[in-house]
Amino acid sequence: MRSLCLTIAAGLIAAAPALADPVDDDLVVEGDDGPVQITTSAPAPDFLSDRMGTIYSGWLYREDETRDLQRDDFDNPGLLFAERGRDRWNAEMGTNGESCASCHEDPDSLTGLKAQLPRVDAQTGKLMILEDYVNACVTERMGLEPWGMTGNEMKDMLALISLQSRGMPVNVAIDGPAAPFWEQGQEMYYTRFGQLEMACANCHEDNQGLMIRADHLSQGQVNGFPTYRLKDAGLVTAQQRFVGCVRDTRAETFRPGSDEFKALELYVTSRGNGLSVEGVSVRH
Amino acid sequence: MSRQLRLALAMVCTIAAPAWAETAPTDVVFDDGAVPQSLTGTPGDADEGVRVMTTNALGNCVACHMIGALPDVEFQGNIAPPLDGAGDRWSEAELRGIVVDAKMMFPDSFMPGFYKTEGFIRPGDAYTGRASEGAPPPVLTAQQVEDVVAYLTTLKD
Ligand code: HEC
Ligand code: HEC
Ligand code: HEC
Repeated sequence: MRSLCLTIAAGLIAAAPALADPVDDDLVVEGDDGPVQITTSAPAPDFLSDRMGTIYSGWLYREDETRDLQRDDFDNPGLLFAERGRDRWNAEMGTNGESCASCHEDPDSLTGLKAQLPRVDAQTGKLMILEDYVNACVTERMGLEPWGMTGNEMKDMLALISLQSRGMPVNVAIDGPAAPFWEQGQEMYYTRFGQLEMACANCHEDNQGLMIRADHLSQGQVNGFPTYRLKDAGLVTAQQRFVGCVRDTRAETFRPGSDEFKALELYVTSRGNGLSVEGVSVRH
Repeated sequence: MSRQLRLALAMVCTIAAPAWAETAPTDVVFDDGAVPQSLTGTPGDADEGVRVMTTNALGNCVACHMIGALPDVEFQGNIAPPLDGAGDRWSEAELRGIVVDAKMMFPDSFMPGFYKTEGFIRPGDAYTGRASEGAPPPVLTAQQVEDVVAYLTTLKD
């Protein structure tokens, strides 16, 4: 009886039309310096090949109006935050009057950085996300209190720095010194947290393309971060997004910037190796 | 609470309330994934069951399941099999078992246990993101489970 029911149930699932797969669309962003081609789908990295063939940006799962907002920097509200980040970059805020610009000149000196993060820092052996690098300079080189992981200063700066790598393929290292962190992140990705006992993989691997209530489930990629989220009318970092997703399983979350969420960010980022850095993207 | 204490209390309650003692989440007895005995002894209210199943903060079953019999409910998900005909496919005891803890019927199911308080990794205090103090209360009360089961049994093709 039970196996019959399961067969019927499985048949129902199979028969349901695939209403909600990623759309077939191309993303070329009109920016200040001309059009930027964004790679929104790519062959899955080797370690995922037995689970999925293609990786897709979350952009392909959003509705037409949301997708359109990302086609032109003029329409993308996230760019306002990057502009604010540029003002901060040039502000002489250090205890000795340093600005980011006084050491790094133009933000484009950091081109390519976002595509490689998180990574294990060669000097300290620590796993570093972009926030860590920014705070290292804020505290050690400018003598200031660290910026909040999800505070406005930090998010504006993440937007500005991520934008310098827009269009470049995500390419984080998962071997060598990164391996143990990556393993930790992978383990978390498949751990069923909280009272609802749900893992990242349950939503973003097993059920991507389907609807969970009003939400169209994407692969949960982070290549678009920081992202301008329409629902929040503000920037959201990957660390913040993880907090939200874990909280929604009725779980005790980890802190943004915690060792756990950094390891998770490395692992999740690596699932998107080959997609373009989009930051600042627009999502629902 | 120790098991002995709980049992002792349960006995006191049985004596005090002659009708029926509500079964605690940790005392539910499964038979091959099904739960034959009512959790409360009070028949479920199917209308209330609909409310529980379609309210985000309660069962939110429609997050994953479509229910064709409730066309007015917006944004029904399509992760899980539609529930239409569930009352034909499953007995009342089986439906109760699925709602209490679907993993007893479908191992590794994506479906959460709605009357379950133990065995979690980092259980939270509802949707606050904070740790729950001690075991969290079940997502649904015993009577809400009975209400949901009452509605599910009406879903016949
Ligand atoms: C209960 C379902 C569920 C679980 C479990 C879940 N998520 Fe999500 N997640 C969502 C929904 C819904 C969205 C918004 C729609 C989308 O982009 O998929 C989302 C969005 C995201 C996004 C944004 C994607 C983008 O392009 O904007 C990321 C990143 C993400 N999730 C990562 C995770 C990680 C990491 C975990 C595990 C720690 C996780 N999610 C667990 C439901 C879930
Ligand atoms: C007093 C000099 C100084 C100031 C001021 C300064 N930095 Fe740095 N920053 C450095 C040095 C030195 C490094 C490490 C050099 C390296 O490894 O490339 C560095 C590294 C970085 C890195 C990592 C770069 C990489 O390729 O690994 C980032 C990101 C960064 N800084 C951002 C900022 C931001 C944002 C500000 C302002 C809020 C700032 N820095 C202010 C000197 C400075
Ligand atoms: C997060 C997703 C999710 C939620 C929420 C959910 N379910 Fe399910 N449910 C499933 C899945 C997936 C199955 C298919 C069985 C399996 O896991 O293999 C299922 C199976 C069932 C079945 C048996 C299906 C059939 O007709 O053969 C019933 C009945 C059921 N669920 C009822 C409910 C009720 C009632 C609620 C809310 C109180 C609920 N579900 C909430 C995911 C969910």
